[in-house]
Amino acid sequence: MLRIENLVVEVEGKRILDGLHLTVPSGEVHAIMGPNGSGKSTLSYVLAGREGYEVIDGSVEFDGQDLLAMEPELRATSGLFLAFQSPVELPGVGNATFLRTALNAIRRGRGESELDAMQFLKVVRGKMTALGMKDEMLKRGVNEGFSGGEKKRNEMLQMALLEPKFAILDETDSGLDIDALKLVADTVNSMRNPGFSALVITHYQRLLDHIVPDRVHVLSRGRIITSGGPELAHKLEAEGYAGVVKAAA
Amino acid sequence: MAAVAETLDTVQTVTDGGYKWGFETEIEMDFAPKGLNEDIVRFISAKKEEPQWLLDWRLKAFALWKTMVEPNWAAVGYPPIDYQDAFYYAAPKNKVVPKSLDEVDPELLRTYEKLGIPLREQERLQNIAVDAVFDSVSVATTFKDRLHKEGIIFCPISEAVRDHPELVQKYLGSVVPQGDNFFAALNSAVFTDGSFVYIPKGVRCPMELSTYFRINAKSTGQFERTLIIADAGSKVSYLEGCTAPMRDENQLHAAVVELVAMEDASIKYSTVQNWYPGDAEGRGGIYNFVTKRAACRGARSKVSWTQVETGSAITWKYPSCILQGDDSVGEFYSVAITNNRQQADTGTKMFHIGKNTKSTIVSKGISAGRGQNTYRGLVRIGAKATGARNYTQCDSLLIGDQCGAHTVPYIENRCMTAKVEHEATTSRIAEDQLFYCRQRGMTQEDAVGLIVNGFCREVLKELPMEFAVEAQKLLQISLEGSVG
Repeated sequence: MLRIENLVVEVEGKRILDGLHLTVPSGEVHAIMGPNGSGKSTLSYVLAGREGYEVIDGSVEFDGQDLLAMEPELRATSGLFLAFQSPVELPGVGNATFLRTALNAIRRGRGESELDAMQFLKVVRGKMTALGMKDEMLKRGVNEGFSGGEKKRNEMLQMALLEPKFAILDETDSGLDIDALKLVADTVNSMRNPGFSALVITHYQRLLDHIVPDRVHVLSRGRIITSGGPELAHKLEAEGYAGVVKAAA
Repeated sequence: MAAVAETLDTVQTVTDGGYKWGFETEIEMDFAPKGLNEDIVRFISAKKEEPQWLLDWRLKAFALWKTMVEPNWAAVGYPPIDYQDAFYYAAPKNKVVPKSLDEVDPELLRTYEKLGIPLREQERLQNIAVDAVFDSVSVATTFKDRLHKEGIIFCPISEAVRDHPELVQKYLGSVVPQGDNFFAALNSAVFTDGSFVYIPKGVRCPMELSTYFRINAKSTGQFERTLIIADAGSKVSYLEGCTAPMRDENQLHAAVVELVAMEDASIKYSTVQNWYPGDAEGRGGIYNFVTKRAACRGARSKVSWTQVETGSAITWKYPSCILQGDDSVGEFYSVAITNNRQQADTGTKMFHIGKNTKSTIVSKGISAGRGQNTYRGLVRIGAKATGARNYTQCDSLLIGDQCGAHTVPYIENRCMTAKVEHEATTSRIAEDQLFYCRQRGMTQEDAVGLIVNGFCREVLKELPMEFAVEAQKLLQISLEGSVG
């Protein structure tokens, strides 16, 4: 599904990713853990195609295509989804309008017919109930005045709605209480199937108790320094990053 | 950021290809000789077979105009206008005045169809009465009979002069006098047609009334005059739309609109202004120098102006309300877009005279390319306007770094018990907002459209349903190419 080879990325002349290798096969959920400043968010933005991240070297193959050559919207319609760490507000843009515009863009990309307002409402309401979201969230501006938890839920709603092949969750667990955390985990777990994979970026092992990853990778100074099974997350929690980083060095 | 650089690049490459209304209709026209003098004023009046009082009224206006100078306080720049180098009268040649759509030149019907105003269908299917003004004259008015049954008069103003002289004579110039300003004086001297509306006491107009203005002929100014009178307890919603062919010369459009609302009457006046804006280099386009004013004469009367200004090379207009009646209400909701080299200096004036008068101003300016957008507004509260209230909100949205947004509010308060509030914000479409939308599969252009429509939501929701969707599309088209 996703194969990253020797990725080197600079932001304003500063090297952030420095020879990163990572392969996520179809149907698997991988976790990336690492200390602040290790390049976790940069990795998610580079994969999603945000401007300002200069790829110096390396390649990313997504579903057989050269991901780095694609425009951000083409990456999205090809099935790549990023749940943002801090989703922006779009003042005045109704959440329902936004979600429907997004869903129809994705559906067009998949060669499916667009949904009209009624069909859309039916679909979105089903997904919202599962996430414990109230109808009024559709009427509000996108993320406008949303609490941290509401924003994260709105990200999960978009993921459930757009049904990507590959989802990146960029610290979706930060600032969430345990109930919200479970909802996030339930959403991801409900999507797990042989055609779906995910990259869960997190600081803490807490989320990984609920989304049990197939592999855990530790990112430090722009590269993966060690990988393992779910037990690696527990080890990190117990020993801290410093020990693991030192041992790998 | 890179997004901005890309934005600017694309703005540079924008051409007028985006203006879909730029075609020209081949039709035989009747012109007055080029230039402006007393004889031309007499010529227009004679062409329209006007009564003596109106000719005298025009000549007085012309005499005033000659003593006036063009205003230069607006934040717009353009080379001097040669008022002698234009035609002041241009009308499709048609010996008989059409009595029904069947008698209208098919070429004209086709023109309006191309503009998305299928007059025939409009008459059959939609609940909107349309007066179609082509260059200097009204060519068709739909739904006349049905409105007539309610006692409503909706017709070209030239026809109203003939059939309802007492109403026209009483109200013409009563809100915008001939000598009000340079362009209003010019209009008063040479106005050719426009719409006239009278809603009798207690009548709620059962449908939207709409006038569609089209400038077609070359080197022609358009000077239409609209007069709407809502008698006590009546209610009406009126919409105007406008387009013009693409030409590399500048054409002058100097309209005057007068609204009169009596006791408990309410007028909602919506404009979707889409005159040709000129090309990317600023060649051509309409100079839209318009005077619009409403008199809320009666107690509890209400006038609401809503405008979506996307076209014109230069826009100079300040739809205003004179709040004479106690408890009368004035509203102004505006979206103005300037892209490429467009310039807009627009806003409103709210004169609070009666007690407990209320006004609301919501202005949304969007600047892209090298566009310059100025909100200029006056809130004046007289000494006797106890309990008057005003709320003003001016928001500007910038796309790129070569455009400008300016806010010039004037507040004059002579009343201790009045309350005046003013809020203003300036923002940009942020790179992270665009990226967020694109990550959800939208193109950059769709993303800008979505964000801009969100920015304008408070104003767009004031438009009649039928036109809100059209206006949203228009906003997007106007900004086409302003981002990559």
